[in-house]
Amino acid sequence: MDKTSKPFFLRYPSAMIFILCLAGFTIAVTIFSESVGNGIVSTSFLKTLGKTLCFCLVAIAMDLVWGYCGILSLGHFAFFGLGGYMIGMWLMYARTELIVLKASAGAALPLTPQELTDGIGTQIFGVVGGAKIPAIWAFADSLTIQLILVVLVPGVLAMVFGWLAFRSRVTGVYLSILTQAMTLALALYLFQNDSGLRGNNGLSGLQNLPGLEDAAQADISLWFFWASALALGLGYIVVKLIVESKLGNIIRGIRDDEARVRFLGYNVEAYKLFIFVLTAVIAAIAGALYYPQAGIINPAELAPIASIYLAVWVAIGGRGRIYGAVIGAAFVSLLSSWFTGGQAPDIPLGFYTIKWVDWWLVLLGASFVLVTLYAPKGIGGLFDKFGWGEKP
Amino acid sequence: MGLYVKNLFLIVLLLGALIGSITGAAFAQDGASPIQTLLQSHSKKLKRSSAKSIGPVIEAIRESGLPQAQNVLEKWRAKELWFRKSDDLLIFVETNDKKTYSLLDIATGQSIGSATKKEIKQIKPNSGVRGLIDGALVFFRLTDSDKAVRISALDSLGRDPKAAYLPIIRTALSKEKDAGLKTRMSRMERILIARFETDTAKRVVAIESFADDMGIDVRAALNPLLSSKVKVAMEAPDMANLARDIFPGVTIKNDGGTASEALYYEWLGGSPPELSMADAYILLVKAKLAPADVSIEDQKTALISNIKNGQVGGVAIADLNTDKARATAYRALVREDLAAETISVEEQHAVIEEAFFYGVYDQKNMDVVRAARTTLASINSKVSINTFFDLFLDAMSLASIYFLAAIGLAITFGVMRVINMAHGEFIMMGAYTGYVVQQFIPNYTLSIIVAVPAAFAVTFAAGVVMERLVIRHLYNRPLETLLATFGISICLQQLAKNIFGTQARPLTAPDWLDGALVINEVVSISWIRVAIFVLGILFFVLLLFILNKTRLGLETRAVTQNPRMAASMGINIDRVYMLTFGLGSGIAGIAGVAIGLFAKVTSELGSDYIVQSFMTVVVGGVGNIWGTLAGATLIGFLQKNIEFFNPSNTLAAQTYMIIFIIIFIQFRPRGIIALKGRAAEA
Repeated sequence: MDKTSKPFFLRYPSAMIFILCLAGFTIAVTIFSESVGNGIVSTSFLKTLGKTLCFCLVAIAMDLVWGYCGILSLGHFAFFGLGGYMIGMWLMYARTELIVLKASAGAALPLTPQELTDGIGTQIFGVVGGAKIPAIWAFADSLTIQLILVVLVPGVLAMVFGWLAFRSRVTGVYLSILTQAMTLALALYLFQNDSGLRGNNGLSGLQNLPGLEDAAQADISLWFFWASALALGLGYIVVKLIVESKLGNIIRGIRDDEARVRFLGYNVEAYKLFIFVLTAVIAAIAGALYYPQAGIINPAELAPIASIYLAVWVAIGGRGRIYGAVIGAAFVSLLSSWFTGGQAPDIPLGFYTIKWVDWWLVLLGASFVLVTLYAPKGIGGLFDKFGWGEKP
Repeated sequence: MGLYVKNLFLIVLLLGALIGSITGAAFAQDGASPIQTLLQSHSKKLKRSSAKSIGPVIEAIRESGLPQAQNVLEKWRAKELWFRKSDDLLIFVETNDKKTYSLLDIATGQSIGSATKKEIKQIKPNSGVRGLIDGALVFFRLTDSDKAVRISALDSLGRDPKAAYLPIIRTALSKEKDAGLKTRMSRMERILIARFETDTAKRVVAIESFADDMGIDVRAALNPLLSSKVKVAMEAPDMANLARDIFPGVTIKNDGGTASEALYYEWLGGSPPELSMADAYILLVKAKLAPADVSIEDQKTALISNIKNGQVGGVAIADLNTDKARATAYRALVREDLAAETISVEEQHAVIEEAFFYGVYDQKNMDVVRAARTTLASINSKVSINTFFDLFLDAMSLASIYFLAAIGLAITFGVMRVINMAHGEFIMMGAYTGYVVQQFIPNYTLSIIVAVPAAFAVTFAAGVVMERLVIRHLYNRPLETLLATFGISICLQQLAKNIFGTQARPLTAPDWLDGALVINEVVSISWIRVAIFVLGILFFVLLLFILNKTRLGLETRAVTQNPRMAASMGINIDRVYMLTFGLGSGIAGIAGVAIGLFAKVTSELGSDYIVQSFMTVVVGGVGNIWGTLAGATLIGFLQKNIEFFNPSNTLAAQTYMIIFIIIFIQFRPRGIIALKGRAAEA
């Protein structure tokens, strides 16, 4: 059968099912939202759902780079965070600008540009004992440029790091450790007060959209939910197209036997670098959508542990199948917020009460070990059992 | 010295007068004690004491050599000395109800009668008098029979040196018998001479005697001698104690009060010019050598106060949102004489060009200044050499910590190609084992001796269990081992949190590990770090022995090089794996005890070290403990050196170090000491 002649969705029924599910889910949530519908889904839960969609998107990126290309990156959450920082800079700057302008409305003289930037600088950086706006904020007043930087900064970082790592043939666990080191270096750098990004205070107040002060959080949350769903859908299709193309075959080859692919004449480093950078960019976009919903970003979010959790999601969901990553991310992160949010019922054992706030991580760790040992295909493997999975 | 002779003379005079006036008035009782006699003779001055006149009296009491002299001075200082109004009898008092006071004899403390509040009066020395009394009290404490009191007196004297202490310390020095204390006292005497002596030659000798002394107190004594003030004049300065010529925006101030030119860029660090152009102009204005400029703020105020009909100087308010528009408006105001003239930057610079800026030593005596300058320069160069040595020790200690933390990882990673993400949690387990042992054995020395093998046993067992249950099933799937061990790591961390809580638990070092090995004022290292260093060397030698001289080591090396070949030779690979994993984990446990001694034991203890441990192994080279040693040394030295150049920012130091490592891997992807041949590709 000539697959290429058929339209995309008919060629890959799993993609069609996924997109349909996502669309149905989005519509359902919209209907039940506070903003449009009857309010069964509260705004805070809507935000949780929107954030989960962003997690799903970064998990897809992780799946592409790890599940398909065999690079266990422990740094993709750093790219996620960087994307958040880039959009956060604009959100914070633009909003502070409005606040400063509003405060000066009653003053005798209108502000000069210098006075305006000084005012913004004091507002934003007073908390780290500074008033000057660092050079890296040069473009923070322009949404367009910051949106470009969302893609550019993590992309260039991934490019430089990947180029250095791949050209010296750092592979396997070495590469994992190196990516972890990169993440740690970035997090430690951001933790400094003079990094120019407010040290461990991070950026805050990101849930307010500058210029849309009148919009209710319920509406804004819904818009971000839609944007996240759209990004996830697009991301899914892009990744699906890649893994089903010739490129997809090559990167799977690299995963299974890098040396053999190299001997066949492929420039393995270039392929790996492309995938690494592409997934970093997808992760950054996910982050840029996530943090306006979370409202705050600080360097702790970029800590190496976060990137490892990302790998955990993908592993539990099932590597090497895109929907597996989505299921894993959604399942584990929602379960995690349910357990740690204190909603899960405690289990009294008579002599000891199991509080899930304390024991959830133990359960997660243990189940993760079990999944690795006995179900390497993760939850996605169940689909194979029922016979309606695609060959990864 | 002159003062001293004068005092003695006075005392003789006063004593003479005393003997002459032993008649009536001042005496209430016959056969008064000598201290009472002495005090009564000065009762007038005591009653109305002032810092100017009281000096000889205090001297007299101090010099009297009477046993109660110190007590009297202390009570006097504490405002507990009273006198009876009727006959000026000096007394101590005691009261129960604030109405009637019982009078106590100064010499004996016995009650000699009672009086009402109105009949007696308290003597209240003012702060100047109290200062003088303090000086005399220092003498008593410096000549106390208890050595500890003498030492503490010397310490407190060193914290706040005064000219008045110079004769006191000389007398005390002549009485001191203890050789060690005598050296310290004579050093203190030289410090006082350096600061307060009037005779220049003696001062210079005292100052120059400190050329090899790195003590902070010496530097604190010498630095004020080189303090200087910045001045400005329109003609070239001509004075003996000129410290330096200052060129605003160009020269920097050196330690010795001299100036030198230096390139300065904000991003590069370094010290900025001593005087900026703006500050220089302000200085000129203060010296009334130039007219004052109008600050931006004042200009703005002038603009606001001159708003008429929505306009200032012909410019609409809405347009005043640029500096240029504001300047135009302000010029218009100046033309209308509504505001003061501003002075342009060019004009300011022209005035600055013509003026002379210079620093003048507060110390008039240039011989003293020169001696202090050369001595301080010599001290500073010594200090910097010793700081370097101190840095070296610090780096060695950090390297040994990294070595201890990483060596277990290096063994498991080297032999089995298994990344153990739970290694950090084994370190934590070891530290908690130490804590638990201390709960049962209160003797710190004994508990540490027990804790080390206990930690080894616990983590060895944990390692073996983990190997049997999990890792065994994941050989040849290294990435999945990484993930599975990570799962174990979060389990163990959370379990530790559930058991021991989130607060830090103490692991107390025994007394003999308290304090530091002090080599001199600059170089010192805490005994705990010395112990960790020794422990690191011990393990290094032990592991070298095990790997190179024992059967297990032989088998381990065989398995490292080629597991399948080793299996064919009859080596039980499973057993080797199990034992090496146990050994690696066990060493992590011991490292945990060592780290717990200086760091707080928390459930996150391990994760603080895990990335650095990985770095150490990767940089050093896998499968070789020499490599781990090299890696730990490199990382330790690197981190300490980066911290040295940017001491305020250890976070940045770690960032730069990791970046360095990433670049380092480019050039030696397999580490400093790489396995060669076929084993390298395994």
